Amino acid sequence: MTITTTDTAVSPAAADPLKLTRRTMPDWITWALGAAAVGLGVLVKAVQGNWALGAFYAGLFFIATVTAASWRLEDRRRAKDRFATSIVYTAFVLAIVPLVSILGYTIKKGFEELSPYFLSHSMRGVGPRDDTGGIYHAIVGTLEQVGLAALIAVPLGLLTAIYLVEYGRGRLARSITFFVDVMTGIPSIVAGLFVYSFWIMTLGFEASGFAGSLALMILMLPTVVRATEEMLKLVPNELREASLALGIPKWRTILKVVLPTAMGGIITGVMLAVARVIGETAPLLLLVGLTQSINTNPFSGWQSSIPLYVFEQNHAGNQFSGDRAWAGALTLIIIVMVLNLVARLIARWKAPKAGR
Amino acid sequence: MSTSITPESRGDAKRDSGRRRGRSDKTGHGTDAKLPKPAKTQVRLGDRVFLGSSRGAGILLLVIMAAIAVFLVVEALDALGKNDGNFLTDSTWVTDGAKPAFGVAGLVGGTVISAAIAMLIAVPVAVGVALFITHYAPRRVAQTLGYIVDLLAAVPSVVFGLWGLVFLSPKLIGLHTWLSDYLGWIPIFDKDDAGATARTLFTCGIILAIMVLPIIAAVTREVFLQVPRAHEEAALALGATRWEMIRTAVLPFGKPGIISASMLGLGRALGETIAVAMVLSSSQELVFKFLDPGGNTIAANIANQFGESNELGRGALIASGLVLFFLTLLVNGAARVVINRHKEFSGANA
Amino acid sequence: MTTRPRLARRSTAFAAIAVAGALTLTACGSDDNSGSNDSKGTEQPGGGSTAPAAKLDCASGTLAAAGSSAQKNAIDEWAKQYQQKCSGSTVNYNSNGSGAGRQAFFDGQVSIAGSDSALKDDEAAKAQAACKAGPAINLPMVTGPIAVAYNLPNVKDLVLDAKTIAGIFAGKIKTWDAAEIKALNPSAQLPSSPIQTVHRSDKSGTTENFTKYLKATAGAEWAAEPSQDWPTQDGQSAKGSEGVASVVKSTSGSISYMEVSFAENNGLGIARINTGAAKPVKLTPEAAGKAVEAAQITGQGNDLKLKLDYATKVEGAYPIILVTYEIVCEKGTPADKLPLVKSFLTYTASAEGQGLLAKNGYAPLPASIAEKVRTAVTSLS
Repeated sequence: MTITTTDTAVSPAAADPLKLTRRTMPDWITWALGAAAVGLGVLVKAVQGNWALGAFYAGLFFIATVTAASWRLEDRRRAKDRFATSIVYTAFVLAIVPLVSILGYTIKKGFEELSPYFLSHSMRGVGPRDDTGGIYHAIVGTLEQVGLAALIAVPLGLLTAIYLVEYGRGRLARSITFFVDVMTGIPSIVAGLFVYSFWIMTLGFEASGFAGSLALMILMLPTVVRATEEMLKLVPNELREASLALGIPKWRTILKVVLPTAMGGIITGVMLAVARVIGETAPLLLLVGLTQSINTNPFSGWQSSIPLYVFEQNHAGNQFSGDRAWAGALTLIIIVMVLNLVARLIARWKAPKAGR
Repeated sequence: MSTSITPESRGDAKRDSGRRRGRSDKTGHGTDAKLPKPAKTQVRLGDRVFLGSSRGAGILLLVIMAAIAVFLVVEALDALGKNDGNFLTDSTWVTDGAKPAFGVAGLVGGTVISAAIAMLIAVPVAVGVALFITHYAPRRVAQTLGYIVDLLAAVPSVVFGLWGLVFLSPKLIGLHTWLSDYLGWIPIFDKDDAGATARTLFTCGIILAIMVLPIIAAVTREVFLQVPRAHEEAALALGATRWEMIRTAVLPFGKPGIISASMLGLGRALGETIAVAMVLSSSQELVFKFLDPGGNTIAANIANQFGESNELGRGALIASGLVLFFLTLLVNGAARVVINRHKEFSGANA
Repeated sequence: MTTRPRLARRSTAFAAIAVAGALTLTACGSDDNSGSNDSKGTEQPGGGSTAPAAKLDCASGTLAAAGSSAQKNAIDEWAKQYQQKCSGSTVNYNSNGSGAGRQAFFDGQVSIAGSDSALKDDEAAKAQAACKAGPAINLPMVTGPIAVAYNLPNVKDLVLDAKTIAGIFAGKIKTWDAAEIKALNPSAQLPSSPIQTVHRSDKSGTTENFTKYLKATAGAEWAAEPSQDWPTQDGQSAKGSEGVASVVKSTSGSISYMEVSFAENNGLGIARINTGAAKPVKLTPEAAGKAVEAAQITGQGNDLKLKLDYATKVEGAYPIILVTYEIVCEKGTPADKLPLVKSFLTYTASAEGQGLLAKNGYAPLPASIAEKVRTAVTSLS
């Protein structure tokens, strides 16, 4: 069905008398063109003194010549295929370059300060001219705040997505969808302001880690809902139908068939949401206070958090604070990395095995 | 989402009846009313509890959002009443003194321009990355690669800000000059001061693109992984090349997912605060020439103003946040329309 | 039944990670930072002051304060010393900005707000409403000099005066070898490169004080009203002193204004200011302290709001300064928090507390004003 909706795909094959073997471009041509492209890049770099420009021309040259060669030696469809392949590879390289750059930069800057001492000490009693102090209090704060936020947002988001995909119809579902859309556009500080005026000013609670969690929860929700929703929608109906046909109640079908099938995607969505909020500064500045000391209780007293720590140190402008800020950023990345890894392991462990 | 599982939509009605039957099957089990009821005698307590709790979650979410919306509107209206300027057409932002005058024109301009640049770069690249991971890279490598790209999502905004300010923007001066040299005849690509700072809306757009890329790539990747094997294999069996298979089987199936993923990314691009605030050499004016420094975005303006703002200033910032809401809404609404037009591909019928 | 736990297990997994992580870390985390790196860290408390260290009435508990980031380093230093002297006390300072600090004070969230400007009339009313029992008072506590920092590799000790600074930042003086600058620096090798001005993109007390200085001293050269937002669209902008400093550092021929510690840490040149006194004034804590001496107290009673004299011509007084106030309730601080507020402020206003400032790039209050601050603190109830 999908094929009939697009025009060009099948027609060239039909136009060509079907041949079982085709001329294929020998591999060495690709390699030769690649080498030529590298040479061009180096040449441009030598003349213009700019690696970026060199890489740009080299890439352009390679894509153009490979496509042209394939067109000449093979056929139009192969040429298109090779063109698409090089574009896809280029896209990947384009995505990896800034990643490597930013990670490398953070690691380089962050490792100057990162040490067991740094990870296990707070900033309590560290004066502006002391090179002591660490990030421990902020790690505790971040883990607790984000953990609590996830504890609320993930079940809530999952259930909402389930409602939207499996049950939801009519006005209620439409308005939920509408508001989830709007929620993706909440600037984080606005969520913070809302929690501030509701939780702290109206209900009279003090600033605490949990108040921060509430704002993070609001920020997590739309990502969880939309990612989950998208994944649930992709679960083939046949699976649901088969399960229902066996007389299994709908709720068990959802829990036992639909959710496990979509598990990988849901975990990705949840981790994206966690990654989105774990680096959040603005709402926390309003809600969790800020302390230099260790406070393990998220429900009482001010806490710190890693992004706050980075923000604070970056802003402090004494001779050690810059290094601390970078080390804090690196710590945050490592934590998210570990969380990501754990989540994926859980996903793999829990996901239905193929062919089960 | 409800709209996309409602059976009677224009898109479906136009399609052949076979598809339509598939769709109504799906909605059939999507509503309790249409369920075949073989188990009428059984009390499906579990079902009721489950439906209740999931609906409850939805309603709770709705209540939260409604509360936020009410809060925002109340706070914003208060400030707007004291505004001496025109909120929608002014570009100044003066919230102190006897004659406060603030307007979002410049901020909206900057927000739209930077987000547009970000999406123009990020969406194609992210789709490419997702394709690479799902259909090009060797399977063993693919998972690792996917993981690496996800890592980018873990980098906190403040790091993007620092990196963008210290590392990236000096490196982009060349690109700015190059673009204005070759494309300067298009007014928006014109650059007044060649070689000047690259802390521009364009650079912010690039940084935003890098920030939203992993979000879009990750969700898109998961969508591509769900493409029914049968579709892909059918295409290959008909003699399609890999690209033709992707064009005919993968992309149409993934389109709504790509759009949804892009909307998630756009949400972040529009609302990104600290990275833009740190990188952009901002000014309170409406800037179209994005290769020149200047302009500002709504979220970055909030970050810049908030710490020192008085009550009126806060209200004004909240009002600008409300504008951001409507922007998001507008774009999301448009995306929903597109998704619904293509929704026959959701709920696979492999 | 068998499947329900799967969902639960997964969400609990997150909690488990968080809790387990927190617990593991709790086992090895430490609030004690007095140990390892003493060589750079210690100094003699109160060593700089001649006054005998006043006896300190310690109080325990947790002090919540928020506000200006300009005084963060000073508060950190004081908190360090105070917490050492008074075990059982914790001083928390959230340096999220003067406005945010004042708002938190109005909302009753903090006992002390650090603010780069004194309360305005409408704010005073709000503060009084928050204090209930009486008005809030402004206590000047930390004086920070604002450096005019520049990036010209071959020019050391650039001399500028108010009119020239105004001309540069207003975009009227465009190159470094302009006649106005040459006249002030006859022997310097000034390049002919254009001047790149950099200002703060965020709302800031530093900008407000800098523009106040320009308005007060530059006459017709500076038309714009003082404001927390930079008034013109010329030049580049950057967020925060750290952003401004980093841009100046990476842009040859640029000039900006920032708190002095940022200029020093980034190795930027700091201009000497020709105030009309016999010699151009170099930025030092002492020079800034002299300028505060020229300030007048305009507040009533215990409210010690200052009017700074930016146009001072006193020999050796550095005029571009920023005074951060601690805003507290004169009466009405909750009884459980009052002892700590009083005790901490007593320490910061003491000769010992003020004596620590100079080493951290700030200037101490002049004795006359410090004495009044101490009196005001004693009267808090």
